[in-house]
Amino acid sequence: MNAVPPLVSVRDITVRFGGIIALAGVSFDVASGSIVGLIGPNGAGKTTLFNCLSRVYRPNSGDILVDGASIMQVPRHVVPHLGIARTFQNVSLFDSLTVLDNVLIGGHSIGTGGFFKSAFAWPSVARDEAGLREKARALLAFANLERYADAPARDLPFPIRKRVELARALMSDPRLLLLDEPAAGLNHDEVEVLRAQILRVRTRFNLAVLLVEHHMSLVMSVSDRVVAMDFGRKIADGPPAEVQRNADVIRAYLGADAV
Amino acid sequence: MMRRYRWSGLAVAAAIMLPFLLSKFQTFQATQIMVYAIAILGLNLLTGYNGQISLGHGAFYAIGAYVTAILMDQAGAPYWAAIPVAAIICFGVGFLFGFPARRLGGHYLALATFALALAVPQLLKWRMIEHWTGGVQGVFLDKPGAPFGLPLNSDHWLYYLVLAHVVLLFWCAANLLRGRIGRAIRAIRDQPVAAETAGIDIARTKAIVFGVSATYTGIAGALSALVIQFVAPDSFPFFLSIYLVVGLVVGGASSLWGAFLGAGFITMVPNIAAEISKGATGLIYAVAMIALMYWLPQGISGGVQRLFVCVSRRRRTAHPSGEG
Ligand SMILES: Nc1ncnc2c1ncn2[C@@H]1O[C@H](COP(=O)(O)OP(=O)(O)OP(=O)(O)O)[C@@H](O)[C@H]1O
Ligand SMILES: [Mg+2]
Repeated sequence: MNAVPPLVSVRDITVRFGGIIALAGVSFDVASGSIVGLIGPNGAGKTTLFNCLSRVYRPNSGDILVDGASIMQVPRHVVPHLGIARTFQNVSLFDSLTVLDNVLIGGHSIGTGGFFKSAFAWPSVARDEAGLREKARALLAFANLERYADAPARDLPFPIRKRVELARALMSDPRLLLLDEPAAGLNHDEVEVLRAQILRVRTRFNLAVLLVEHHMSLVMSVSDRVVAMDFGRKIADGPPAEVQRNADVIRAYLGADAV
Repeated sequence: MMRRYRWSGLAVAAAIMLPFLLSKFQTFQATQIMVYAIAILGLNLLTGYNGQISLGHGAFYAIGAYVTAILMDQAGAPYWAAIPVAAIICFGVGFLFGFPARRLGGHYLALATFALALAVPQLLKWRMIEHWTGGVQGVFLDKPGAPFGLPLNSDHWLYYLVLAHVVLLFWCAANLLRGRIGRAIRAIRDQPVAAETAGIDIARTKAIVFGVSATYTGIAGALSALVIQFVAPDSFPFFLSIYLVVGLVVGGASSLWGAFLGAGFITMVPNIAAEISKGATGLIYAVAMIALMYWLPQGISGGVQRLFVCVSRRRRTAHPSGEG
């Protein structure tokens, strides 16, 4: 019936690091506009999967399709053009630059003007830059970061840094946003703000979210679907309530004795 | 728009007046400082802003100088035609050098550029190209005089020719660093993986930055050939590359105008040291450098910036109503 391929389709991905098998034949789809939670204990392979999606790691086997086309030959810097943007588990900001510049770098892929035109102050460069800045300011407002715009990223507290990363990721007009543990290090109130933000991001920017999180109540409340992993394998995939009740999932989190 | 260029405009106006206050030798020195400032700016784009280390930028300086000298001497080209050709050739060499350099890490790059700096003076003495380069004897050039019957002696004309290049090249660098490309250049230095994930083509950008950097330093070399009217292999010893790095470190890698401070240092300090004691020039130079790096680890420009921050903070605490 449905001839439109899913936004992203992960097909039987395997990643090995020496003797460690980080991902062992994982498959799942992300439909456009959906929020998919990705859970699993430490070392389950969640970040490794993100790294495959953003072409930081090359899987040993398997394939990843975006709009039905393989991305295995796509260079890393072309990934934003496919509509995929991400945040990093450890937060990877450009520390010597201001918050505004960090967000502007997120818009590199939608900007124009190379070395030559920039160096000689081509009129189109100034126009393009003004457009990018307007957009970046709007995203700073969205992430409640306006007052940090001109602060160097290095001096900021961790929760603020995470919001800068979110704004940076949104700058490239992604269709799929990869969030790697956005709630880690946040207090209760900040998690509530994040929960609203994730839902708002989807409706406002019309994108899909793949959310890696250990914060169960957050994942379960915002996700349309949850994928659970353990030791590199997918152990469950379905609606949040179903995955929460899944025996393998409970065992993975509580240990074999608990069941 | 006008505010952006206020200080630069004042500096240029002062620079235009300057030769009339200086002796012939001092004018020559000021010209030399500007030439080095262009070379150090080139190195700064590469090392300070993009995080690529070069211990061999003297090689590009030498290539720029020799291309200019050979074009003028062998082909009878006018200097205004020779300089752009030198710039293009240096861009090409720098770009080609930057491409493989990207795949291998910082230590490799330091070594490879080091090798380049060692090789170039040898290469210039090579027999096969001796009738171009003049071998160890080098090439002598005529001193260019002022065109269009301008009432300037040739020392002043050289000064203004170099100043015009300074203005153009610093303007281009400021434009480049202000926008999208400048952010990409610095993002690569700070966090390469995040930069690439944001859509920045690291290999290409690094290679072009290397090319642009070599262009700047090559143009400085080309101008130096005109200023000194002589090129020889021994004018470009390996130590030239080290001096450029010293100029970069002393001036500070965090600002464009620091290049002038660094250039002033590498031009003036050896002379001053020689006046203090002929025998211990190197020692005095080294002590001056260590002292500077001890007190101003971010270079002179970094120190001045810190001073400004301190002063403005103190003002703010004195008038707490000023800013929230
Ligand atoms: N670059 C690497 N080199 C070697 N091993 C790696 C590398 N990256 C990940 N691994 C290993 O792969 C496995 C999966 O790691 P991954 O970071 O994907 O887990 P995770 O699910 O994100 O865990 P966490 O919840 O702790 O972030 C782990 O055993 C980890 O040690
Ligand atoms: Mg992880």
